Amino acid sequence: MSGVFHAAILFLVAAGLQVVFGVQKIFNLACGSFYALGAYVGVSAVQAFTAAGGPPWLFVLPLAAAGLGVGAVGVIVERGLLRFVYDRDETFQLLLTFAVVLMMEDALRLTWGTAPRSTSALYLTYGQVRLLGAAVPVYNLIVIGASLAIALGIGWLLTRTVFGRIIRATADNREMAEALGVDIGRVYARVFTLGTALGTLGGALVIPATAAMSEMGIELIVEAFAVVVIGGLGSMRGAFVGALVVGILRSVAISVYPELEMLVIYLIVIAVLVLRPRGLFGGAAA
Amino acid sequence: MLPFMAYGVVLLGLNLLFGYSGLVSFGHALFIGVGAYAGAFLTGRFGVRHLEAIVLVAGGLGALVAMPVGALCVRYVKIYFGMLTLAFGMVFYTFLLKFYRLTGGDEGMPVLRPFLLGQDLGAMPKTDYLAGPYYYYSLAVLVVAVLGMWRIVHSPFGLCLRTIRDNPVKAETLGVSVTRYRWFAFVISAAYAAAGGALLGPPTGNVDPTLAYWTHSGNIVFMTLLGGFGSFFGPLLGAFVFIYLQDFVMSLVPYWRLVFGAILAAIVIFAPGGLMGLFARGRPVEVARG
Repeated sequence: MSGVFHAAILFLVAAGLQVVFGVQKIFNLACGSFYALGAYVGVSAVQAFTAAGGPPWLFVLPLAAAGLGVGAVGVIVERGLLRFVYDRDETFQLLLTFAVVLMMEDALRLTWGTAPRSTSALYLTYGQVRLLGAAVPVYNLIVIGASLAIALGIGWLLTRTVFGRIIRATADNREMAEALGVDIGRVYARVFTLGTALGTLGGALVIPATAAMSEMGIELIVEAFAVVVIGGLGSMRGAFVGALVVGILRSVAISVYPELEMLVIYLIVIAVLVLRPRGLFGGAAA
Repeated sequence: MLPFMAYGVVLLGLNLLFGYSGLVSFGHALFIGVGAYAGAFLTGRFGVRHLEAIVLVAGGLGALVAMPVGALCVRYVKIYFGMLTLAFGMVFYTFLLKFYRLTGGDEGMPVLRPFLLGQDLGAMPKTDYLAGPYYYYSLAVLVVAVLGMWRIVHSPFGLCLRTIRDNPVKAETLGVSVTRYRWFAFVISAAYAAAGGALLGPPTGNVDPTLAYWTHSGNIVFMTLLGGFGSFFGPLLGAFVFIYLQDFVMSLVPYWRLVFGAILAAIVIFAPGGLMGLFARGRPVEVARG
């Protein structure tokens, strides 16, 4: 079950990566940094909440609100940096997001210091239940449920709403969408913010289970990367399946043969890239 | 300035791939790692202390590893090439990290002080050794590497690579085997990176897995871009400025990444030709096609 919990978090970050890649064709290395940012802001929000005398059993609310709210940095990054390079080679776009990774890592250190931050005391607030013979914190189940709900929500957004139709049209054919009167700048800004918010929310939700560290971003990005490659770049269903594969494989590998933990995942990534570079669900629209 | 020599060698190789073949590797730290650990194994486990031998073996090993890896990677271009190299880099990184009995895990391995030109300089104080013989030795290696790369780039082979970069379809119709040339470029570039990696070990006396981590790959791509890729001496300039600036900024504040991220963003947005591109204003600058 810890594998599924991990998968739920991974899915959020990977979904953010997919939305951005699907529409803007940018592989956003910074999504890991947004995840770390969400984690730190989440910790601070929860601490402020408890300090203000809020009841511990409500701590999920400020946590999620902080995670979503801080997604607003997406607008700053998109309008301030990324919009200048849409016409450039993919390499430059990739490097620009790498620049954001570098800046963000130090910005986090500057703001929150180098010591890990955690709220672990709240992790078991909701108690535990026994599932399949293992004790599972109820909080994990809440996150898994939330992640599923978000997955459905994104699916609904993309396929059933006007905004979703515009997003898919833009992803499909940018020039045509523009010619039909779509304000590309605004769509990009919104999509990137959505992607960022998914990442920061993922970071905030993981916080009760672990501590916030400035390196957590660059570590997560390679996992999210594995997820999207296995699932197929730009595909939402791919992100979902990929996250499950990576999350569960990781927890299986940890309990069976810890040395192989990440190695297995990268080997699968390579196998997928070599045999089927579009991924398991590649080719599907965003 | 010692890391400059080592990175100079690495970047010469990376630029053959990035600047001359148009392939951006986000996993070149893999080969730096191969070279650096080759040095550690040779000095520590096998008692080979001659730096000439170490650099050659490292380069050879790098090429050897690059042969299968490259064969898989060069079938793709652009983002898929970058991702595949990144994945291979991370495989090697986790290997170094997890098989700690062999590689020392996250603590890494010690690199014993190598002999230079057959001379055992073990009695020398460390700073004298590094500032004196080792300094000139790395400089000599760098010069040899520059001469070698100059020959490669200005040979028909180098010309073919540039043709492939600019128009792969046309190159293929002209009878140039695109995949094979890219593969050659990949292997040569890996050999350079590994040889450079071997030079990184002795100054610190230690190698650790972060040498193979993906951010390290990102940093060397950054150096290349900083100097200007596509021009022969651009990456060397980039390595020089990067290392000098890093020392300088770190002496002022501990947050060098913040400054460097801002610099990188500025280069990407305003000066994609890098520093060499700035100097070469007026002449048409060789910049990646949009």
